[in-house]
Amino acid sequence: MREYNKLIFECSVAGRRAYSLPRADVPSYELPQNLVRSEAAELPEVSEPDVIRHYTNLSQKNYAVDLGIYPLGSCTMKYNPKINEEAARMPGFAEIHPLQPVETVQGALQLMWELENMLCEITGMSAFSLQPSAGAQGEALGLMIIKAYHQYRGEDKRKKIIVPDSAHGTNPASASMVGMDVIEVKSNKEGSVDLDALKAVMNDEVAGLMLTNPSTLGLFETNILEIADIIHEAGGLLYYDGANANAIMGITRPGDMGFDVLHLNLHKTFSTPHGGGGPGAGPVGVAAHLADFLPIPVIVKKQGLYDLEYDRPMSVGKLKSFYGNFGVLVRAYAYIKTMGAEGLKRVSELAVLNANYMKEELKEYYELPYEQTCMHEFVLGRLKINPYGITTKQIAKRLLDFGLHPPTIYFPLIVSEAMMIEPTETESLESMEEYISALIQIAKEAVENPQIIKTAPHNTPVKLLDEVAAARNPVVKWQKEDTKD
Amino acid sequence: MKIPEGYYYSKDHEWVKVENNLAWIGITDYAQDSLGDVVYVELPEPDSEFHAGEAFGVVESVKAASDLYTPVSGKVLDVNGELPDNPEKINEDPYGSWMVVVEMSNKYELNDLLSSEEYQRLCAEEG
Repeated sequence: MREYNKLIFECSVAGRRAYSLPRADVPSYELPQNLVRSEAAELPEVSEPDVIRHYTNLSQKNYAVDLGIYPLGSCTMKYNPKINEEAARMPGFAEIHPLQPVETVQGALQLMWELENMLCEITGMSAFSLQPSAGAQGEALGLMIIKAYHQYRGEDKRKKIIVPDSAHGTNPASASMVGMDVIEVKSNKEGSVDLDALKAVMNDEVAGLMLTNPSTLGLFETNILEIADIIHEAGGLLYYDGANANAIMGITRPGDMGFDVLHLNLHKTFSTPHGGGGPGAGPVGVAAHLADFLPIPVIVKKQGLYDLEYDRPMSVGKLKSFYGNFGVLVRAYAYIKTMGAEGLKRVSELAVLNANYMKEELKEYYELPYEQTCMHEFVLGRLKINPYGITTKQIAKRLLDFGLHPPTIYFPLIVSEAMMIEPTETESLESMEEYISALIQIAKEAVENPQIIKTAPHNTPVKLLDEVAAARNPVVKWQKEDTKD
Repeated sequence: MKIPEGYYYSKDHEWVKVENNLAWIGITDYAQDSLGDVVYVELPEPDSEFHAGEAFGVVESVKAASDLYTPVSGKVLDVNGELPDNPEKINEDPYGSWMVVVEMSNKYELNDLLSSEEYQRLCAEEG
């Protein structure tokens, strides 16, 4: 059924139904005429087996970390241990209601309170909020806290957020969302923040710097203490984008590096699912001087009982309905508890080792713009021998023919034809070898048989698409056969 | 890579063609080549005013979205309304695809821009 390519509308047969409603046991009621549709809604008419087969067929085209390596750089697509799922499905967690009296959900509150404390210990921050439902919302919250801090100190003019040119696109986007102005600073030849360029943009309008460490190049910012001094001396705050925290657990802590605010992506470092559009979690941690600005409610422990505290006059307010994506928090808690402190440190060590292994094996065939020990991921450029001008996009398409998920491509923007590879600690030597040999095979094809790369993918349900035409003239709505132009 | 003479160039890969007080602005051949196929263009409303270095619009390709920066300050007198419907023109003819015409408020800003020779060197470095 690999060729199954139908839309649910194309399965429709007039008169078919997948439901039978019980006989009404209340009197019927005629809707006012202005609320009634004038023509029938064109919904697909299908039976229950039709629906199940349709979606099961589609689901079998998915690629997932449960099927194989997924080395999407900056995304930390590690295996999601099934014990996390078991914990999240326990009735005491899965079947509670967010509006239940707090006395009846003490276990859930205890879990959140303990998770906050564990994240504080891992990052060196002094307080956490588990509310943000994703990394980008965490960034927005972190920046709202920075803004509130400056306003509280009567420094409303501090509206500039500095972002390195290697940053995730969400950083400048989040800064704009909260009404800050973005200033970009260039990286130096080693891929680090250029200290002179940084000093040159510092003034009394700077609210802070957003930094990912290790950076999106997979390199540790060795000047971090000096960077922190430059920002703090100018009255700014330092924001840590925790997207790459998988490299540093148990080794170093953002709090010790001088960061004031950070977010973590639980769906990256802490093994919760990235979910098919399902919930994530981007908890935000702050240093002591920012704790009062965290969103309400705050989980507190008083005389052995947990409670939700709303009376926080300096808080930036409520960020999200209820208290965050609780099911995700349970999974992250289960992960931290099953790994333990030593286990988490080992995670980071292996993540770094795996990335360096793949980097060393591939640098003979692909350009390595920053030749140094990488952290949990690395960035390659073009093919070293490339007589037929094969692009990174074509290499990514060709990888699909090997049944492998391509790496992140064309990011970070400062490396042309970038391929950003992050194997994570959960890949075995064999699965990395398989990936490496596919990329080496493609490097050989680039010289011997470029056509097979340029026309890839060949083994997928959908072949090479005209992405340009699709982007210029998108068709996003199903059209009935007889109404198509 | 075409870098014609008679244009001013910015480090952000925009070109400026000057006639009296007016500046036609577009993106260079190098810029369109690095972006790849342009699929979307967003241009400002006429009469909007920009300072040099400010973003006046956006170009998007299948690879990336980039801000367009005006190399000179002034008021937008006209925008090229043909481009949003035909973004491929930017790839086909980058120097013919002007995006905005700006009435310059400070002609001295042109001194900060690059000549075709200087721009050629910049592209070679970034190459």
